[in-house]
Amino acid sequence: MSADFEPRIVGFLCNWCTYAAADTAGVSRLEQPPNVDIIRMMCTGRVDPVFILKAFAEGADGVIVSGCHPPGDCHYNSGNYKTFRRMPLVEALLAQYGVEKERFYWGWISGAEAPKWAQLVRDFTEQVRVLGPLNWKRELESKEE
Amino acid sequence: MPEDTKETKNGKLKLGLYWAASCGGCDIAVLELREKILDLDAAADILFWPVAMDFKYKDVEAMPDGHMDVCLFNGAIRTSENEEMAHLLREKSKVLVAFGSCAHEGCIPGLGNLFDRKSIFERVYLEAPSVDNPEGILPQTSYQMPEGEVTIPKFYNTVKTLAQVEDVDYFVPGCPPQAPQIWAVIEAILGGNLPPKGSVVGANEKAVCDECKFKREEKRIKKFYRPHEIIPEPGRCLFDQGIICAGPATRGGCGALCPSVGMPCRGCYGPPPNVIDQGAALLSAVASVVDADTEEEAARIVGEIVDPVGTFYRFGLPASLLHRRRLEEGS
Repeated sequence: MSADFEPRIVGFLCNWCTYAAADTAGVSRLEQPPNVDIIRMMCTGRVDPVFILKAFAEGADGVIVSGCHPPGDCHYNSGNYKTFRRMPLVEALLAQYGVEKERFYWGWISGAEAPKWAQLVRDFTEQVRVLGPLNWKRELESKEE
Repeated sequence: MPEDTKETKNGKLKLGLYWAASCGGCDIAVLELREKILDLDAAADILFWPVAMDFKYKDVEAMPDGHMDVCLFNGAIRTSENEEMAHLLREKSKVLVAFGSCAHEGCIPGLGNLFDRKSIFERVYLEAPSVDNPEGILPQTSYQMPEGEVTIPKFYNTVKTLAQVEDVDYFVPGCPPQAPQIWAVIEAILGGNLPPKGSVVGANEKAVCDECKFKREEKRIKKFYRPHEIIPEPGRCLFDQGIICAGPATRGGCGALCPSVGMPCRGCYGPPPNVIDQGAALLSAVASVVDADTEEEAARIVGEIVDPVGTFYRFGLPASLLHRRRLEEGS
């Protein structure tokens, strides 16, 4: 792949933990690449699998879902439980679709872990850059029949 | 339905039925109308129905454009022949109906989208235990015989729905569509009483669960069972018993036929209105009943589900957001 490929990554972050961490990371001027488009959710429990599939279908090269640490950090008590029951199935689904597992990250970053967020953005962006573009739609159209 | 629909010599509706990549069950479903098939015959002239009568493609090609009032097209688009017929029948029909799950969403043939032409050919023509093919011959689209060139249609990498290759007026879901629903659709056509273009007809607006009589207690699940691993307790919601039932993510209209006899809903009527991706909806429903308070336990319980794509997208893979497994380079 070309060296100037810039991955497009969609991050679904929970308002109360990881979004706060991302905010702090920015305010603290922690170094991180600009490749993650953050979508602020009220809770990762609200991340419908369809959001993730749609992101990949419409051009994302990678997807991040991150929220509050279980068991006790969730602002709504059990939203992150819903996330960890759902995400392993999304992982399995993506594997069957032939999407590399390095393109999808889900996990927990609290509001106090801004450096951890910045590190994730750096690592994940590089990881996806190595894999190259996913180009779901264009791949599908160009190789049809 | 256009005004001139019934302006034929004998006043009868001109009807065509075609099968593309399908099992033939949709055609049988039309015969399931039983004695009403006579009413259908009284009301309509059948101009094209390869499964039942001897027609040639050239008979269709000879028709003027828009000659048929309604074409019930069942089957997915698997080969170039299927696609050519889709274009031809669109041209010759005033109303083109995607009839049955294959034309609507891809159905079981659509699971071929987890593979590609190369891997399917290798499995079917080389590896399958019942195959005797010592020379390893694979289908070729054209072959030079001494008498001249012979050709067969091209087998596509990807199964498509009818609407992915042609403009479709209505969708009748189901594998196969249920006879009373078919009759309701035919009556609506005869009465000129059709909803806006693009509608799903012959089905309901709510999920299968809404039609299911079983008692739902919203139990949490420690282990999922496949249908052959458990004898379900009658009268109780199958989901509550740990059997993955597509009812919550499937459009009603069948009367919850499968659950009522102890088989989980498999999802053939497609997603309910406003659901973008049936598999994602079913995945959410499945995850929501998992009884796990740690990540490890949750991963173990859902990890036991065999073939998530085949389970969640059993009837709708080509119509889903991602359509298919990613094609390998060179396939």
